[in-house]
Amino acid sequence: MQTHQYDVVIVGAGGAGMRAALESSTRVRTAVISKLYPTRSHTGAAQGGMCAALANVEEDNWEWHTFDTVKGGDYLVDQDAAEVMAKEAIDAVLDLEKMGLPFNRTPEGRIDQRRFGGHTRNHGEAAVRRSCYAADRTGHMILQTLYQQCVKNDVEFFNEFYVLDLLVDHDLATGDVPEGEEVNASGVVAYELATGEIHVFQAKAVVFATGGAGKIYKTTSNAHTLTGDGMALAYRRGIPLEDMEFFQFHPTGLAGLGILLSEAARGEGGILRNADGERFMERYAPTIKDLAPRDIVARSMANEVREGRGAGPNKDYVLLDLTHLEPAHIDAKLPDITEFARTYLGIEPYTEPVPVYPTAHYAMGGIPTNIDGEVLRNATDVIKGLYAAGEVACVSVHGSNRLGTNSLLDINVFGKRAGRSAAAYAAAAPFVELPQDPAVSVEADLERIRTRADGERVADIRRDLQETMDANAQVFRTSESLTQALADIKALRTRFEAVSVQDKTRTFNTDLLEAVELGFLLDIAETVVVGALNREESRGGHFREDFPDRDDARFMQHTMAYRRPLAASGADAAVPGSDAAFRRAETFDGYQVVLGAKPVTVTRYQPMERKY
Amino acid sequence: MTATVEAPAPEVGAVPSFQVTLKIRRFLPADEDMPTFGEAFVAEPRWDEFTVDVHGTDRVLDALHKIKWEQDGSLTFRRSCAHGICGSDAMRINGRNRLACKTLLKDLDPGKPIVVEPIKGLPVVKDLVVDMEPFFASYREIMPFLITTGTEPTKERLQSAEQRERFDDTTKCILCAACTSSCPVFWTDGQYFGPAAIVNAHRFIFDSRDEGGTQRLEILNDKEGVWRCRTTFNCTEACPRGIEVTKAIQEVKRAMITRAF
Repeated sequence: MQTHQYDVVIVGAGGAGMRAALESSTRVRTAVISKLYPTRSHTGAAQGGMCAALANVEEDNWEWHTFDTVKGGDYLVDQDAAEVMAKEAIDAVLDLEKMGLPFNRTPEGRIDQRRFGGHTRNHGEAAVRRSCYAADRTGHMILQTLYQQCVKNDVEFFNEFYVLDLLVDHDLATGDVPEGEEVNASGVVAYELATGEIHVFQAKAVVFATGGAGKIYKTTSNAHTLTGDGMALAYRRGIPLEDMEFFQFHPTGLAGLGILLSEAARGEGGILRNADGERFMERYAPTIKDLAPRDIVARSMANEVREGRGAGPNKDYVLLDLTHLEPAHIDAKLPDITEFARTYLGIEPYTEPVPVYPTAHYAMGGIPTNIDGEVLRNATDVIKGLYAAGEVACVSVHGSNRLGTNSLLDINVFGKRAGRSAAAYAAAAPFVELPQDPAVSVEADLERIRTRADGERVADIRRDLQETMDANAQVFRTSESLTQALADIKALRTRFEAVSVQDKTRTFNTDLLEAVELGFLLDIAETVVVGALNREESRGGHFREDFPDRDDARFMQHTMAYRRPLAASGADAAVPGSDAAFRRAETFDGYQVVLGAKPVTVTRYQPMERKY
Repeated sequence: MTATVEAPAPEVGAVPSFQVTLKIRRFLPADEDMPTFGEAFVAEPRWDEFTVDVHGTDRVLDALHKIKWEQDGSLTFRRSCAHGICGSDAMRINGRNRLACKTLLKDLDPGKPIVVEPIKGLPVVKDLVVDMEPFFASYREIMPFLITTGTEPTKERLQSAEQRERFDDTTKCILCAACTSSCPVFWTDGQYFGPAAIVNAHRFIFDSRDEGGTQRLEILNDKEGVWRCRTTFNCTEACPRGIEVTKAIQEVKRAMITRAF
């Protein structure tokens, strides 16, 4: 075992982690720990752009962007955070340009902008050109540019190190930490993939930037490595997860594969059609049609298929039609995604419409933070020295449905904020003493799985989890389907207790790490399903067929899911302002999931009916 | 017979499935802590064959996953995004460097075993995993970041669409190492910067906003720099992003002579 000491440790080297590192590493001694080489991170898969009201091509302002974000999130957005994001978007884009990001340009040489779903002029009048982009590989360019800057600034990376535990001085999961007691982060425990060695990192401040958890679903645009690690580690330490029931299904995944085709395809003029060739979005969102927010488009597509108007031999997808666009325009603006259609489906988008169907894409929920990236232990109190940013976090700028491009914006704005806050805190704070034998439980867990002679296969349990989540907790949900998913997850947890791996070595043991990641996925899935069962309304990305309307009176609050021991009452989960709608506890083998609520911050926009 | 194409399933719309055999280069380093192997264990590379049922849209990565998940969990390879954008799974497939996630099985000859090996020229860590550090070290050496002087503008730097187009091709690089590890010069001389580092130098040398071109050209004028390139075009053929790698290297060579970029 090796021990390291840094002022700030950042976990994750995607956009949020590296943006945080650029702030932190110039101020205090900083390490970035990542389970992948930084340039492998999934930020690189983002395509369409990053919105900011630069007004380079038409009138725009950050207030309109704030409104669109709030309305897009179906009023579950914390409006103070959305305002910060929309205001700071402008500098975030200019920062990236100054770092060298090769944005597409206008004829005047300025950063070009294009339309994107849910982004409008003057509070919904018409689509506005707000997305700054680099062809359809904006995320790739952001990831590369941030990595380039990290190389320039000599940022210290620990690549292919898996963080497997968060160290704190009071473990909230015990349920007996008194309200008001100060809780401090003291570091993390990591596993070095190449050697199997355990490393303890002591840090004054820890920043989680580990990304999403799309692998709880079978059909997903997410990388194999997006297994909710950071969320699960926080949750295991008794830190709540916020709004986990809100998962975004991106409308245009390649049918059957889930590979993402950017919304930019529709921003550039692409049209969704059913088997009859009808532009069906005209019926669902008469004003902005195909550029309605993703939850609405995904549901409309699923509804077309359910009502028998799906295309293809099994009538199980719809068509993304680009055939009316000039091939030269497609090549200039959408080169990568058209290549995906050619490579993976053998479809030529110049002449044939592309089969598409919604694909699990983005977790709106995550580790609750305030606008400085500080992690909350309940509705109001922060944990000292612990920060989160990006998809792992819930700040909450996306509410119940994220607008396209706002994730690249989120990682830049809140990655920067978290990095600055963590560095400022670490500059003044002392090290917190590590627990006795900080790595003992991680080592024991790993050894148990690695040395178990014979048991359940990781892949079998994972497949069954992904299948029940796809079948029961996807675009359409009911009490019945979610109850089924919950029962399935409980049974899978029991099977997971007997999981074993075939690779018994210590060198680059990905078999073992897949087992560990499966444990994270099970944790995340339980929070999604318990939150979804409790939320008896339909809002944004969460649609309950048995409760098809939004219910502001009961549910205009954030869900907070806490893991607590069976005996505990979940005392610190009962928060002021929480009403009966959020009092729920679900018993699992050996612990319970206790829900609480957190009020939504409303500044200038009262909830209205959401029509496009 | 190592692979057969079965008749397509009868029901309408079913994706045809078939069998493939993969012949995979295996390697596990000696690890004396490991009681599993005993004293007799020696780190010798070997070939293993696996036969799996696959579908028409499956890629080599899907077959590798099937093997790992259903037959041999110890088979080790890197992967992440699974659609050709993260650059994790470059490997030698039937003698050619490709991304496993972008190579459809149906496009390979199913009549013969598909031969899968790690990329060449970098030390093998385990099975298909190589040590990428030497590759990234070369990348870092060419100063892969925008270099500017003077005060920053308050808004964006201006750049015309034509200036932006000048280096578009080399911005696509995902650092997968398919090009560098396909280069015969790199195989015999690990000190050579290799195509990927030169591609990333090109991306900045030809960026109208950058002022570090001269420094980068000095670095690449080294005896292990661009002049080692023998123009075999392996790199261009290997690039999964369709970058004209050899052309980019030629442009860097020309810039070195003319000092015009």
